[in-house]
Amino acid sequence: MNRFDYLRPTSVADAVALAAEPGSAYLAAGTNLVDLMKIGVSRPARLIDIGRLPGLDRIDWLPDGGVRIGALVRNSDLAYDARFAATFPAVAEALLSGASAQLRNAATVGGNLLQRTRCAYFQDTASACNRRHPGSGCDALQGENRLHAVFGWSERCIATHPSDFCVPLAALDAVVEVEGRAGRREIPLDIFHRLPGDAPERETELDGADLIVALRIPGASAAFSRNARYLKLRERTSYAFALVSAAAALDLDGGTIRGARITLGGVAARPWRARAAEDALAGRPADERSFAEAAGIALADARPSGDNAFKIELARRLVARALALALAGTPAVMPALPASPFAAAAGADHAA
Amino acid sequence: MSLSVSLTVNGRLRTIILDDPRVTLLDLLRERLALTGAKKGCDRGQCGACTVLVDGRRVNACLALAVSLDGSEITTIEGLADGDDLHPVQAAFIACDGMQCGYCTPGQIMSAVGLIAEGRAGNDPERVRELMSGNICRCAAYQGITEAVIEAGRALAERTAPSERTERSLA
Ligand SMILES: Cc1cc2nc3c(=O)[nH]c(=O)nc-3n(C[C@H](O)[C@H](O)[C@H](O)COP(=O)(O)OP(=O)(O)OC[C@H]3O[C@@H](n4cnc5c(N)ncnc54)[C@H](O)[C@@H]3O)c2cc1C
Ligand code: SF4
Ligand code: FES
Ligand code: FES
Repeated sequence: MNRFDYLRPTSVADAVALAAEPGSAYLAAGTNLVDLMKIGVSRPARLIDIGRLPGLDRIDWLPDGGVRIGALVRNSDLAYDARFAATFPAVAEALLSGASAQLRNAATVGGNLLQRTRCAYFQDTASACNRRHPGSGCDALQGENRLHAVFGWSERCIATHPSDFCVPLAALDAVVEVEGRAGRREIPLDIFHRLPGDAPERETELDGADLIVALRIPGASAAFSRNARYLKLRERTSYAFALVSAAAALDLDGGTIRGARITLGGVAARPWRARAAEDALAGRPADERSFAEAAGIALADARPSGDNAFKIELARRLVARALALALAGTPAVMPALPASPFAAAAGADHAA
Repeated sequence: MSLSVSLTVNGRLRTIILDDPRVTLLDLLRERLALTGAKKGCDRGQCGACTVLVDGRRVNACLALAVSLDGSEITTIEGLADGDDLHPVQAAFIACDGMQCGYCTPGQIMSAVGLIAEGRAGNDPERVRELMSGNICRCAAYQGITEAVIEAGRALAERTAPSERTERSLA
């Protein structure tokens, strides 16, 4: 780890002013940043510790029935907030399917959004990686790339964004509130992460000193609360990143779909909202046939970036499965194995 | 740059002068306070051997910078027992054979203390396994660990609310 200066501002304005100096990085819980500093991938000259900035650790309910989540709310506190879990259950399920209990206790909402890719070549400073070192090439293209993107990738970078949390957030029209040197602005979460194109090193819409202060989910998205799921396929059932994941939510009018939301995770450098598939479901009967067709539409434009064509079929099946489970209804209690398709009866306890 | 960090570690206020902000909580405990119970398995958040409680919550000490925790209360495995009286979670790990080599055990026990305080697993082994998944055991003593967590949860519940005893055993 390189040496760095450590600063602890006491207001958002001071934090943004300090971060304007090149070489600065914000430190939240550090579960991603400190890890990357240990392996030399991140080498900030100054750490601006935002962990105690006042007012950013609150969950506030809005007049429209939506919620505003401060950037420093811990992942576990949000997932276990009873009103939040009842209103946006797929988001709570996604949070609880991520990392471990210890990491969720520390990790913040803002840090989760800004966690970096898990591409092995990004983490290995001896490898070529355009994202870490612009212009150096991409060793993943001809390397170990089973877990890489099938949507939105370029020849410069085929990495995925690893967050679970962001997947249902994108489905539910979440918005990121950002404080920068020019004041406050808002960025829709589903375009917050940039696709690699020619500049994979530009990972998000944030500029240098921009600080995430909060996330908002609009009240209209609460319409999906009774029929929403997040499913995550992993190489082991817990404490593992997604191979592919899917958030699916339905707003039903009897047996007919009034509105649907579908977003895929683990398939691109951003959560991949499947709007054409959502549109195709509107007004259709809520049944297996509609779900299978929607899943086909959701994956129609997917393209392998390496040895990962299997992810396309896996994702197609997962979308259909997530829609079927959403139709069955949000479980009354969080499943023992959140987001696992292998869980016993939804939410049930399990005899050993 | 010299930084001062005050932590209440196992009930005792410690003020440590750090010449370097790179020190993690785990290195501070092990290298500067001689509390070597928390182990350095992976040093990257992937094994749970370094689990301690910060303000009552279980976290990975290897990924937290010590300076960022100034003013916090830390509990490590060394602070659990009351003299020679083991903490119920420690006793349950022995009673249920929740270990083999013992390397992961301090982290497992601190994680179990956190899990029981969180109150999300009840006595459902599936929930216990899921919520203990952040602690890897190279010896695969998982069966005993799961039993120990459930047993300790029961013992702690009885200690705090003995009158609910019959109710719980019926549940
Ligand atoms: C072993 C392991 C397993 C994991 N498994 C999963 C998983 O299955 N699913 C999953 O989704 N995640 C997983 N994670 C990632 C975890 O969710 C992130 O590490 C965590 O959410 C980061 O939050 P943090 O507060 O620690 O951020 P930090 O590490 O402090 O910061 C991360 C980045 O965000 C920036 N930042 C933080 N807050 C702000 C802000 N408010 N404004 C601007 N910039 C900010 C920092 O500068 C840094 O670049 C795993 C992590 C580990 C170590
Ligand atoms: S896929 Fe992206 S992150 Fe991975 S090596 Fe290539 S450029 Fe780097
Ligand atoms: S040493 Fe901290 S998680 Fe492995
Ligand atoms: S008892 Fe040996 S690692 Fe767990």
